[in-house]
Amino acid sequence: MILWYTVVQIVVAVLAGLLAVAFGLAKRPPSDLTMAGAALLGVLLLAQIVMAIVAPLTGNDPTGNPYEFWAYLISAFILPPVAILWALLERSRWSTVVVGVACLAVAVMLYRMHVIWTVQLA
Amino acid sequence: MTATSPASTSRRRRISGIGLVLVAVYGILALAATGRSTVQILSDYSEAPLAYSLSALAAVVYILATVALVAPGRGWYRVAWITIGFELLFVLTVGTLSIVDAELFPRDTVWSYYGGGYLFVPLVVPVLGMLWLARHRPGTVRDAS
Repeated sequence: MILWYTVVQIVVAVLAGLLAVAFGLAKRPPSDLTMAGAALLGVLLLAQIVMAIVAPLTGNDPTGNPYEFWAYLISAFILPPVAILWALLERSRWSTVVVGVACLAVAVMLYRMHVIWTVQLA
Repeated sequence: MTATSPASTSRRRRISGIGLVLVAVYGILALAATGRSTVQILSDYSEAPLAYSLSALAAVVYILATVALVAPGRGWYRVAWITIGFELLFVLTVGTLSIVDAELFPRDTVWSYYGGGYLFVPLVVPVLGMLWLARHRPGTVRDAS
């Protein structure tokens, strides 16, 4: 992983997450804005997948367990599309909250990925 | 597709409103636990068989609980109570054991330190789940079961 890109992703995930949770609690059904946050996060994660494949070839290897890293990355990548699909099917305020919770979960997963990639565990 | 008005579709399912957020949290937890246990068991099971078996058990219980929350009928309602009660019991037991007897769990599970590795979500969510179940008995929702 590349530190600045990780930071960008986490910032987007947290902002999109807080925005959607706030909008949901303010009784708004899912909107273009809240879903765009999750969609942007999905695109960033897709790029992260490409980077995680390429990085080891350039000598930037994960220091922790690579399988664990990939388990997190794939899980995180699945979340935004599922949340958006959910929001499209169920047009209630709580779907907006669900989108936000998913984004915040991705933020936590990104932090875990960062730790696995950079911190020597074993 | 005609006859399904929004009212009738929402009546068919047990869960709606804020309960959906609970389901989403359970789904995410199930995903995280499954990913973690798969990796742990595939890469070094022999290092901490008890901890890793517990991780796998956690994954199964969270998946079951997620399904039980969504699925209609009294049977699933009971399964939801059992799985969620089981989670609370285990997060408290394993959480305590992981502090008292750290040797027992050389590697962390979802439930270690009361779910501290998962922002204590595994500790909070069963309580919310039970509150939700207690307030939404199958009888009070007019479904077909």
